[in-house]
Amino acid sequence: MRIALFVACYNDTLFPETGIAVTRVLERLGHTIEFPIEQTCCGQMHHNTGYQKDAVPLVRRFVSIFRDAEIVCVPSASCVAMIREHYELIAQQEHDPDFAREVRNLLPRIFEFSELLVERLGVDDVGATFPHSVTYHPSCHSLRMLNVGDGPYRLLRQVRKLELVDLPNQDQCCGFGGTFAIKNADVSAAMLSEKNREVLETGAAVITALDNSCLMQIYGGLHRQGSSVRAMHLAEILSSSEVDR
Amino acid sequence: MSVRVGKTDRASSFPVAAKAALRNDQLRRNVRNATDIIRAKRALRIDEMPDWEQLRQAASDIKMHTLAHLDYYLEQFERNCEQAGGKVHWARDADEANTIAAALIKQYSGDQPAEVIKVKTMTSDEIQMNVALEHAGIRAYETDLADMIVQMSSDEPSHIVVPALHKNRFEVREIFREQMGLVDLGDQPADLTDAARSYLREKFLRIKIGISGANFAIAETGSVCVVESEGNGRMCVTMPNVLISLIGIEKVIPTFQDLEVFLQLLPRSATGERMNPYNSFWAGVEPGDGPTAFHIILLDNGRTALLKDERERETLDCIRCGACLNACPVYRETGGHAYGSIYSGPIGAILSPQLQSLEHSRSLPYASTLCGACYEVCPVKINIPEILIHLRGKIVREEQATLRGSLSAECLAMRAMGTIFLSHRRYESAQRLARLGQKIFERNGQLTNLPGLAGAWTEFRDLRPLPKQSFRDWWKTRVEAAVSSEEAS
Amino acid sequence: MSLPLTAREEILARIRAALPDLKVPVETSHASITRSYGRCSSLDRGGCLQLFIDRLIDYDTKVIELTDETELPAAVQQALQDAGEDRLLVPSGPLQTLAPENVNVYVDHGLTTPELDRAQAVLTTCEAAVASTGTIFLVHGGDQGRRALTLLPDHHICIVCRDQVYGSLPEALAAIRSQSARLITSISGPSATSDIEMVRIRGVHGPRRLTVLLYGDL
Repeated sequence: MRIALFVACYNDTLFPETGIAVTRVLERLGHTIEFPIEQTCCGQMHHNTGYQKDAVPLVRRFVSIFRDAEIVCVPSASCVAMIREHYELIAQQEHDPDFAREVRNLLPRIFEFSELLVERLGVDDVGATFPHSVTYHPSCHSLRMLNVGDGPYRLLRQVRKLELVDLPNQDQCCGFGGTFAIKNADVSAAMLSEKNREVLETGAAVITALDNSCLMQIYGGLHRQGSSVRAMHLAEILSSSEVDR
Repeated sequence: MSVRVGKTDRASSFPVAAKAALRNDQLRRNVRNATDIIRAKRALRIDEMPDWEQLRQAASDIKMHTLAHLDYYLEQFERNCEQAGGKVHWARDADEANTIAAALIKQYSGDQPAEVIKVKTMTSDEIQMNVALEHAGIRAYETDLADMIVQMSSDEPSHIVVPALHKNRFEVREIFREQMGLVDLGDQPADLTDAARSYLREKFLRIKIGISGANFAIAETGSVCVVESEGNGRMCVTMPNVLISLIGIEKVIPTFQDLEVFLQLLPRSATGERMNPYNSFWAGVEPGDGPTAFHIILLDNGRTALLKDERERETLDCIRCGACLNACPVYRETGGHAYGSIYSGPIGAILSPQLQSLEHSRSLPYASTLCGACYEVCPVKINIPEILIHLRGKIVREEQATLRGSLSAECLAMRAMGTIFLSHRRYESAQRLARLGQKIFERNGQLTNLPGLAGAWTEFRDLRPLPKQSFRDWWKTRVEAAVSSEEAS
Repeated sequence: MSLPLTAREEILARIRAALPDLKVPVETSHASITRSYGRCSSLDRGGCLQLFIDRLIDYDTKVIELTDETELPAAVQQALQDAGEDRLLVPSGPLQTLAPENVNVYVDHGLTTPELDRAQAVLTTCEAAVASTGTIFLVHGGDQGRRALTLLPDHHICIVCRDQVYGSLPEALAAIRSQSARLITSISGPSATSDIEMVRIRGVHGPRRLTVLLYGDL
């Protein structure tokens, strides 16, 4: 299958290893990855912060870049939530029927990385080996907007030598919330310290999620505390094999 | 028209007020403890309900239907209520409602001291009725245990359902000791409840005017429903000679039968009970039972302004259960006072800024991570995150319309990012620039002290610097390598 | 010159200006709301009654089960005795005959508030009950008394006939629908509060004790 990768701007810039891991996992499964180089941002940050007018050209841009893709893989649950929850509404508000039709046609082909594996490709076992203890934080957007359910757990359970540890109160937000982390930094930090207390309680060596944004928050807090717990996107765990770890 | 939502005029912005709340460990412990207990009870009760989602959907449909025909149902309610012997007054705003209430109380008190007993009504807190009554020389006694604690300590409610949840038993004992003159009062919740019972009993039996709110106003019957637990509601609507009920216009529902939906959702969402101890229903006056005069004040106070836009209109579906507060990770850190409005938590963050246009409430739509926990628990399915985003849009548009706003650091940054993202070449240049620019802030492989807006990030968290190679750089190298190896072969 | 609008006119005008003119009649639109939630309990009569009893007990209500109504006077006596009470309030009418001989009976022929306040217990019937929530509905007047009767005494003894118990709330509300404009109180357990540290305390301003006498055929 030809899979177009929308890596997400912040992954591209800050977490290239996630895009690399997605590419490796999908290629290992025999798929062909395309990376349209014109891609930038899905418009989420602008839209959710209130700069909705500025988000519209980004939405149009995204749709025009990916409209012919067979499948679009997005290793960021919050970007997928933006696309699924808001693109149609934005198109409607633009009163542009062609644009609205393109959005409608594109939406069923957009998949978050774990959704693509479990729901679209029907794969639980990607042949990974990762000899570490791991705890999984279900990010709010993956949990409540995408309803990814147990997909990520199924994938993690199939990883050889991986010890999966449950995160207590896992449905609690980490406090990131995009610009919330800046605008309400004190509350964000208070929420984070609770999340991290629980992460540390698990004793896991690695915390994983479907969103590097939440992981950036969690890792940022852990590192400030001097903790050595690593934060890794699910794709990075799934791309690991005995050889490179 | 002057729309007010509690004592908001002297409130600070949410981030400032939240910072102060975060320093109060006792308050945070109390809030955490109380919300943990209600959440656990709620979860237990909702697990018993296989048709919970269908009930939520029906509730949302009934509310949206009612609001779409609000004029019809208000007139129907008014007609039926008056036919049953009630008198309906209409109030455009807080001042008008307070003036009507004070005039009625004065009129019925005659030459007796003007006193009223009140059963918990958020709407009266919204219009600051107690302050207005005090100015008119009327003494109002709150009779809900938590409201009484708040009133006696000159505090503000911090939760829609449990207004004094920020106070623990020892704090309550001190308040009661001082206000009731009970030196030997114990600190067990049972002792404190007993003290409240004796203190109020005399007032229930003596004071001749009662004030209530309403959970539901039923158009079909013209009757009012008050949902409560302690029996103070029954006292206030039964024992006085005169009853005044203050009702927000959005509280009307079409039929008695519609209660089969709301009375299943409300108690389970609010307190985690299958049913709260008491629901009182009455239409007008009934000879030989209860008040001989019954007045209703139907209050707008900014509500009609929310009707036009369907997204905003959804806000009026709220049945004030408080489930979104208990579920909200932001509320759970700060408690209710940080919201600077009697409506706190996620519902407050959308309701307060829409009912009023005060400066501080502009920070409320940003007091959320958009985590969606509020929408998940809302019994009438108000999509609070979507409304928050909608309100953020309104605020930004207003800001951008002013010179100062359009030149703010945030606005400039967002506009710059918007332009950068429109071209992948500009975006790639920006990535290169950022990599160069970050060098002076790197300490031991981390960014720990960034300037400007990003400083709020590094105040609490480290940030890994941008790696030397972006994903697209890696991709390009890979493609080039593939091409050259192809050429070589 | 036109008169200034009244508040009523202005609020209604604001509403009408904000809402689009809907073509569908209100009643049709209300009737078309999907109600796919459970209207009827799936339990049989026996299961329903057992659930009712369980729910009552769960919410601190005492239940005395009887086979037929001839046992009611003894049950009333027992309920009073167990609570150590001897001042019983009854609505005027047939319930007076159920009052035990060894107690002071206050019959409500229009008693004053201080008189009501002296009673320790009150005896009434009810209109309907809900098994799933352990709720009793009173439609006030007659044997169910005016509202103050079941409010001031510390102990409410309520006679519930088994055929008045409905499985679900929708069923019970449907049963009392013809009286929906009357004075109605629903009661689920004794009065309670959790306002201090979420600790549930029984007995605030309403009755501290609730006893249900359950009689009659299934």
